[in-house]
Amino acid sequence: MVVFDKPHSLIDVPLHYCPGCTHGIVHRLVAEAIDELGIEGKAIGIAPVGCSVMAYDYFNCDMIEAAHGRAPAVATGVKRANPENIVFTYQGDGDLASIGTAETVHAAARNENITIIFINNAIYGMTGGQMAPTSLPGQVTQTSPYGRDTSLCGWPVKICEMLSQLDGPEYLERVTVNNVANVRKAKKAIKKAFQNQVEGKGFSLIEVLSACPTNWGMTPREALKWIDDNMIPYYPLGVYKDRSAAKEAAE
Amino acid sequence: MAKLTFKEENCKGCGLCVDACPKGILQLSPDRINKKGHHPAELKNEAACVGCASCAMMCPDCIIKVER
Repeated sequence: MVVFDKPHSLIDVPLHYCPGCTHGIVHRLVAEAIDELGIEGKAIGIAPVGCSVMAYDYFNCDMIEAAHGRAPAVATGVKRANPENIVFTYQGDGDLASIGTAETVHAAARNENITIIFINNAIYGMTGGQMAPTSLPGQVTQTSPYGRDTSLCGWPVKICEMLSQLDGPEYLERVTVNNVANVRKAKKAIKKAFQNQVEGKGFSLIEVLSACPTNWGMTPREALKWIDDNMIPYYPLGVYKDRSAAKEAAE
Repeated sequence: MAKLTFKEENCKGCGLCVDACPKGILQLSPDRINKKGHHPAELKNEAACVGCASCAMMCPDCIIKVER
């Protein structure tokens, strides 16, 4: 009996990501959620600009490539024109938390019935490891060789905390994929984000703390440990908003 | 009896599966390389594998198929 195999919604081609990049794990979790909910035929993905720009080559559903940061806006249009389709975006932190912050905030505020998978690896990966809005204070990157100086570069953007202040979004959760237990939790969160859309509940965003061994200058193993030691203390995991659950609890 | 199948040509030798294995029976091949030049992951002791799929769950490139 096969207990684990590549999900059908993930095309059987080699991924272009660096060794140990956790994009691959999150791609698989998204594909598994699509498979398990039986929505492969009506799923439409929006690819970002960044390392995962070629996500359209990997998901076995219709995909659209959006301009940098505009994936939630494109997803809004697709979802409103085709409400029966399941629309998701897959975006990195340079895409969603930097150039696309406006689109993200307003899609959340409007409670658009879309699913957003947000990969936060605290660095600009594709362009070669520059400081991102999500880079940690003191983090060494190509453009902050002495560590991120918060007096000069400001503080990281905490997307889940920020969006949780809005009345709009339905579901916000931060997860990571740095060990098997966390991968299981991430899977559950991503599936719930898709389930919410199927049920018409509205805007769901899952932030996945992710590793970038290449640009962090670490081995894949060290990178997963770095998430535990540095990222999780700054970006605490957990559910930041679950409106349906809160409503049920209140009733 | 569990059976693991590795799609070796897609392995990038990151070693995340090796760390994930609760039995510690995976390794990056010390003497073989694939077409990409990576040392692919392999099972040291097939009989000890319980088919928990922890390795497959951590594999970023989804190269491991687990049967039980």
